[in-house]
Amino acid sequence: MNSKLKLEKLNIHFGATHAVKDVSLEFPANTVTAIIGPSGCGKSTVLRSINRMHDLTPSARVTGRILLDEADIYDRKVDPVAVRRRIGMVFQKANPFPAMSIYDNVISGYKLNGRVKKAEMDEIVESSLRRVALWDEVKERLKSSAMALSGGQQQRLCIARTVAVQPEVILMDEPCSALDPIATLKIEELIAELKEQYTVVIVTHNMQQAARVSDCTAFLYLGELIEFDVTKKIFTNPTKSQTEDYITGRFG
Amino acid sequence: MSTYDFRRRLVNNLMTILLVGAALAVMAPLGIIFFHILKMGAGSLSLDFFTQIPKPTGESGGGMANGLAGSAIMIALASCFGLPVGILGAVYLNEFGNNRFATAVRFSADVLAGIPSIITGMVAYTLLVVPMKGFSALAGAVALALIMIPIVLRTTEEQLKMVPGTLREASLALGVPFWRTSLKVTLVSARAGITTGILLSIARISGETAPLLFTALGNQFWSKKLNEPMAAIPLQIFNFAIAPYDDWHRLAWAGALVLVVIMFTLNLTARYFGRSRQ
Repeated sequence: MNSKLKLEKLNIHFGATHAVKDVSLEFPANTVTAIIGPSGCGKSTVLRSINRMHDLTPSARVTGRILLDEADIYDRKVDPVAVRRRIGMVFQKANPFPAMSIYDNVISGYKLNGRVKKAEMDEIVESSLRRVALWDEVKERLKSSAMALSGGQQQRLCIARTVAVQPEVILMDEPCSALDPIATLKIEELIAELKEQYTVVIVTHNMQQAARVSDCTAFLYLGELIEFDVTKKIFTNPTKSQTEDYITGRFG
Repeated sequence: MSTYDFRRRLVNNLMTILLVGAALAVMAPLGIIFFHILKMGAGSLSLDFFTQIPKPTGESGGGMANGLAGSAIMIALASCFGLPVGILGAVYLNEFGNNRFATAVRFSADVLAGIPSIITGMVAYTLLVVPMKGFSALAGAVALALIMIPIVLRTTEEQLKMVPGTLREASLALGVPFWRTSLKVTLVSARAGITTGILLSIARISGETAPLLFTALGNQFWSKKLNEPMAAIPLQIFNFAIAPYDDWHRLAWAGALVLVVIMFTLNLTARYFGRSRQ
């Protein structure tokens, strides 16, 4: 299988803390990969390293390689901004820009970069909102504040904002942890659709969710990759006893 | 009613009166100032005050139009110097401010804010008035800007700190460069609070007299050039109030009234911006 994204011996330190240890993973194109594990196991840390978010933390040190289409995104010659344009991210808590309207939030990736033609904006906004199935709910009030939306709608707006800039990979950091079951279901349906066009990596605390939405699952424990396999195998017949203990709820 | 109960109620009432009294004492000076100035100044306030310049000694009438214009010009000029420095400095402190240099900048700003304004005026005198061989509006504006900078810097930094980190991450994750994120997301999100800080700093410098004494000096006539002495409302109030003519005293009161009204308006506007944030 052709890997869109590959982690090779990824190690991440924060000061003296060794948070991620020798993690190697492959994410095939157009699949959803879930990263599961108990709190503090380093799953968000791994995810954030994939679009170089740790660059902002002075104490963080990332070693190893992360290959996007076989090119290392941590290469000295690579601009982190260019990486983030290709690898988008959806955060745990919906974070629309509070000072902007719904419309401006969707187009923000373009507007903040100052490169968009007026004529194209309407089209990008509509198609992005349609992609996340939010268009019918907000088309009458595109100019009103994004903060007036419900939590689930805000999160879908954030996904629309991310797909609007047409990344290749979408990272999701527990995108449903603050949402009710109905909103969660909508996001999960959306993730299934997104993989037709994007490679999706999702960090989740919810094992049922990982089982429902993902093709492959990686289990992380104390910064180490314990097991990585197709989701069905992980949840029905895991190789390692630690994985079995975790998914059956014996710890974590 | 037992004696104990009576005593308890008495102490309770006395203490309540004491605290209310202290609270009133906080408000009273403002009330006294405002009503006194209103009483003394309102009668002398006329259209002439806003359109005429002071009449020569001995003639009655005249106004402070040149002082109003001079104050406006020097405040605008001080804002041109002070606001970019204060705001961009605060952006620096907020984005890169975890080092010794930033600590030194914050400390300097706090000390600068505490320096008596007459000293700021003296410094502007030595650095600008003496080399330029004359009092000038420019020197006055620089002195005012020096007072403005620390206020704007610290209030802006406080407001920038309150912008949630998740918003900056959202912007960065969209492939927006760091500098654009700082200016277009962090700064824009904090704009209401920053506006409040700017207005309060303008209110502060619009009443400053001491730093203008050695710099702008004051002027009985219209001044058109920035390298010449210029009139300002607080300077005119000072000069007219110590003059021996009743007519000038009345003008000084009118000037004081106008100044207080301007400060009041600026403070109310600042409050409005501060509140509309949420």
